[in-house]
Amino acid sequence: MSLTTLALHVLNGLTFAALLFLLASGFTLVFGLMRIMNLAHGAFYLVGGYIGLTVLVATGNFVLATLSAGAAIALLGLGAERVLLRRLRGQVLPEVLLTIGLAFVLGDLALAIWGGDPQSVPRPGFLGASLTIADVTYPAFRIVVLGVGIVIGGAIWYLQEGTRIGAIVRAGVDDSETVEALGIDIKRVFTFVFCFGAFLAGLTGMLGGAFLALYPGADFEILTYALVVVIIGGPGSLPGAAVGSVAVGLIDAFGKALAPELTYFTVFLPMALILTWRPHGLFGRLA
Amino acid sequence: MSGARARVGWVLVALVAAFALAVPYLTSSFYTALVTQLLFFGLLAMSVGLLGGYTGLMPMGYAAIMGIGAYALGYLITRAHAPMGIAIAGAIAIALVVTLAFGLMAIRTSGIFFSMITLAQGMLVWGAAYRWYQVTGAENGLRGIERPFFAVRYYEYYYLVLAVVAASALVLWLIVRSPFGLSLQGIRESESRMRTLGYDVGLHKLIAFEVSGFFAAVSGLLFGWYNNFISPASVGLPSSAEAVFMVILGGAGTLLGPVLGAAVVVFAKNFLSLYLSRWPTIMGLIFILAVLFARDGLVGTGRRVAIAAGGRGNKTTAVE
Repeated sequence: MSLTTLALHVLNGLTFAALLFLLASGFTLVFGLMRIMNLAHGAFYLVGGYIGLTVLVATGNFVLATLSAGAAIALLGLGAERVLLRRLRGQVLPEVLLTIGLAFVLGDLALAIWGGDPQSVPRPGFLGASLTIADVTYPAFRIVVLGVGIVIGGAIWYLQEGTRIGAIVRAGVDDSETVEALGIDIKRVFTFVFCFGAFLAGLTGMLGGAFLALYPGADFEILTYALVVVIIGGPGSLPGAAVGSVAVGLIDAFGKALAPELTYFTVFLPMALILTWRPHGLFGRLA
Repeated sequence: MSGARARVGWVLVALVAAFALAVPYLTSSFYTALVTQLLFFGLLAMSVGLLGGYTGLMPMGYAAIMGIGAYALGYLITRAHAPMGIAIAGAIAIALVVTLAFGLMAIRTSGIFFSMITLAQGMLVWGAAYRWYQVTGAENGLRGIERPFFAVRYYEYYYLVLAVVAASALVLWLIVRSPFGLSLQGIRESESRMRTLGYDVGLHKLIAFEVSGFFAAVSGLLFGWYNNFISPASVGLPSSAEAVFMVILGGAGTLLGPVLGAAVVVFAKNFLSLYLSRWPTIMGLIFILAVLFARDGLVGTGRRVAIAAGGRGNKTTAVE
């Protein structure tokens, strides 16, 4: 493997990691606070991508389309949390089954509306070009996604560690009953965090659509990667999601290059190894 | 169990057994095929129920264990041209080894963490089925999984499935009533208390995982022979979720519940999909409605109704 191809694989891995991080961070925030394993998160991603693509075709504005994808899915998340999940608060298994049901409905409706052929989101003109550094030529768009991942990761980190709402969320992760007893409406915090996670999923769907294409089944495929990221990093941990994303992104990129028929399966081994060493992931805490 | 209740229970078991034996004579090949499906999905659901209902560890990837049984059988028959006996033993052995590896990964966790890890395991098996072309045939799957020579026709095959599932149900019934089964329920109620009492909780969980895996693999063999075919679509998350749904819908913590749940799902799928084209949407809506409105499952609801009516819940006594 020459140095150029090595650099390409590393870039592929890191840019995919950024996408995974954007998706996994929303999933892990919701899990950490509410103990909800939202299996509709992949469907949120896919439907967000399709909505973004539709807006892009109508308006031609990539940034507007990305933000509307996020906003639409945040609204969807608001409905799902208020109307459905709130009725099952604290019942772990029914909550999971409900999100699976939601995922099936959304995935099937997406198939009905947008069809079964893979669709790619066209990359915006100013990002369609390639960057060349030394011998390595690489699509600018993927580099931008990497940047977006880092910026949003930093923003969530600041939101969680440096603001009042972040302090409330962190307190809620530890003991939501006490937070409620202190006079804070924890239900609104739950709704906010769930919508925020959904927003991230929708936005990631749009970026992912310009990166990996949108097709029926992409929802559960990307969800598996996000799950492995969260399991490796430790469910509920934001730094865990970051480390897990980089690990899974790089392993996947090299796995695809070295053993294409085992794609998907190559991320399994590190997950197994980490679980034997730390059953709740690298940064996970016991429930 | 009081004498009178036990008698009613045995009469019910005898009636169900007589009906089960008569199915191919009473109904068409279509309905016999449906009952065949109900039986092997019921076995899968019971194996999920042993872990999820009795031990309190809900596996979200068990269609993958079933799938490994079916894929291993298919590979040994269609690619390796192994004799039937060796194919059966080999398929079970492969499934048990994979289950052991999965179990070792998952048993150190509990609750939702356990579900999350088994979910990821299931999806990765799906990924392997989809991409490992040399072994699994990828999207085309494995075709031509022959049935044993004595059970080729549909009614012969029905009796084979009935015999295997009945024997498995009996073994599972003995297991859940045994001291081991009671320890599993103890782990469900309080893992830390069982540990304090000196039980090796990890070992109990691992054995439960392995026993469940065995029966899931057996249901996989029955599934593979039934369709003569296995493909990635059968081992994915939707199938695993359906198995969990059967347990929840029927009633977790019972053996009858998962079978009833399997019956509802199999019949709903086959009839609703005749009239409605969007089956995943329908199934998703059924999931959502069922968890919102029927939380303790059919058996639990039946028991509540029976208690409310002043009855003694005879229906559920016999099989627990």
